[in-house]
Amino acid sequence: MKAICWMGVNQVSVEDVPEPEILSSRDAIVRVTASSVCGSDLHLIDGYLPGMREGDVLGHEFTGEVVEVGSDVRKVRPGDRVVVGSFVGCGGCHYCQEELWSLCDNTNPQPLLQEKLWGHAIGGVYGYTHATGGFPGSHAELIRVPFADNNAFPVPDGLSDEQVVFASDALPTGWMGAEMCNLWPGSVVAVWGCGAVGQAAIRAAYLLGAERVIAIDRLPERLTMTARHTGAQTLNYEEADVLEALREATGGRGPDACIEAVGMEAHSTGLQHAYDRTKQALRLHTERGATLRQAILACRKGGTVSIIGVFGGYLDKMPIGAAMNKALTFRMGQQHGQRYIPMLLDRIARGEIDLRYLATHSLPLEDGPWGYEMFKHKQDGCVRAVFHPAA
Amino acid sequence: MEFEGLVVEEEARWSGDGAARQAARGLGWLSLGLGAVQLAAPRGVSRLAGVDDSAVARVAVRLVGVRELVQAAGLLSGRRPAEWIWMRVAGDVLDVSALGWALNARRGGRRLRAGFASAALVGIAAVDLMTAARVARSRAVTAGGRTMRLERSVTINRPVSEVFSFWRDFTNLPRFMTHLDRVEVLDERHSHWVAKAPMGHVAWDAEIIAEEQDRMIAWRAIGAPGVPNAGQVTFAAAPGGRGTEVRVRLAYRPPGGAVGVALARLAGREPDQQVREDLRRLKQVLECGEVIAVDERVSARGPMQRRVTRVLRRRLATGGRP
Repeated sequence: MKAICWMGVNQVSVEDVPEPEILSSRDAIVRVTASSVCGSDLHLIDGYLPGMREGDVLGHEFTGEVVEVGSDVRKVRPGDRVVVGSFVGCGGCHYCQEELWSLCDNTNPQPLLQEKLWGHAIGGVYGYTHATGGFPGSHAELIRVPFADNNAFPVPDGLSDEQVVFASDALPTGWMGAEMCNLWPGSVVAVWGCGAVGQAAIRAAYLLGAERVIAIDRLPERLTMTARHTGAQTLNYEEADVLEALREATGGRGPDACIEAVGMEAHSTGLQHAYDRTKQALRLHTERGATLRQAILACRKGGTVSIIGVFGGYLDKMPIGAAMNKALTFRMGQQHGQRYIPMLLDRIARGEIDLRYLATHSLPLEDGPWGYEMFKHKQDGCVRAVFHPAA
Repeated sequence: MEFEGLVVEEEARWSGDGAARQAARGLGWLSLGLGAVQLAAPRGVSRLAGVDDSAVARVAVRLVGVRELVQAAGLLSGRRPAEWIWMRVAGDVLDVSALGWALNARRGGRRLRAGFASAALVGIAAVDLMTAARVARSRAVTAGGRTMRLERSVTINRPVSEVFSFWRDFTNLPRFMTHLDRVEVLDERHSHWVAKAPMGHVAWDAEIIAEEQDRMIAWRAIGAPGVPNAGQVTFAAAPGGRGTEVRVRLAYRPPGGAVGVALARLAGREPDQQVREDLRRLKQVLECGEVIAVDERVSARGPMQRRVTRVLRRRLATGGRP
């Protein structure tokens, strides 16, 4: 079958790969109908996360149709259309049973790197390095979904692939980012990053009671899109002093909650960006943390910083003094998708959430390299390229 | 049973002292018998050895008898058994050379009797020498050996009774101890373990030495395992209703001492890492019903890259084993 593969740093191509097979009685094989690029793929493509191997199939945000199930699969049948979360949950460990699915104890069978780097390993992810399980990704005609009863969720009738594909990863991630802020009516939220995850977080923040959301990015077209589709105020950090602007926009208080939806390859301005970029290139630190530093400095006293952008290692110049003395609450984590996906699909079916506009480029699988190129360099207003292998 | 008590007991066995003491005791009784006869009936002994024509020989027989009694005391004392066995060998050499010299100077019936006596002495010397060599060899296996210990634990989200029962059925062990090919249960306390090895199989027997339902199982390898080892696994309810804490403790004597340990580490056969992996798989089997599988075929890799990737995946899973 055809699949979009990582063939080296900054090398993506469409290759022929063997088809997946049922390996366990709890597996399902899903024919992928839509599979989206994700900002976190860029960390892999750029070579910032270790454990990729030439020939790995990319992609972890997808929807499709079940074509085969193992003998112990009960909740989905061949022919069902399903959304699958990006993290594989075993369903049997303490974390899965506590609905902390991305912390699954069992689905990363190669945990040593994470154990060394982080103290403990988290769950496995499709198409996301051998240090995170090494499960083949979703930019392919077929994908094996382990523990299908826990990880594949039927799509309500009448919804299109474009309507539901982001319920796999970007939407639950954004939802979790907003939920972690403990919002109440009257909350003011600032969101760094107007990619799909950031915009999903904005939509979620409004649904969870935020009164005002301020969105921060540098790309005019993304800011315009965000303002039009979510109703958030926007702030271009290349044109304004973010800290100053946020202070003024909130009567001097600062936002009640700050959501970081950018991660380890944050852009910033001037000296700080040059400093972070140089240290990252020299591997003196692994993260560029301008957005996180800003979020901490901007957040009101006693407020919450919610981190959903992906970080991998170490960050320096962390303003821990500001965080401590202002009594900030930190919440963060990879998405516990299985906890949110059914609820989010219902909300999509009710019309409360519609993220179709984020899929700026619908492409056949063969256009994978081009899709990633556009996405990475934000060309042609690309927010998300979504591949349709079955097309 | 406390693990440290078990280790102390096992160490005595591994150092070879047990076997040496047992062998020494047998030889001690032999010495006692010989010495007693030589002192009680020096004339008879001299006649038997064909040296009854010499007054010096009769004195020599008594002296040898005294020496035998001293050796008997040493051998039966249980202290420094290996050294006392070597003393016997030295005594044998002395006796055989003395009698050989005497034999040369005799003719006729005396020469014949001296010949028989020499043959008997050589026979005894052979027994002594073989015993000494056997004791030395069993000590050499673990000589200079340091007892290595390891302790690893894992929390499994299943009730204690279930985890205990799963482990207690030793035929389950190969499901998560991948180096094992199979375990056969011989009786309530004994089992036969077959492990995969680079060339075929390695097998040994294990014996349960202590057991408490839902709490603990302790075992040791018996017979002559390549690596003398004993272990204990305990099961305890994890706080907060999080299932069972399984804690494995192992003690073993790697052959070749510190060098052997370093070589094993280089070859990626570090027992500590092995146990960590085993416990991780045990958790998967009990919590998920299976060892997690990843479809490694689904990639755009050629055969060579496939191999390299497999090595990388092993490293990420085991920390260096090829």
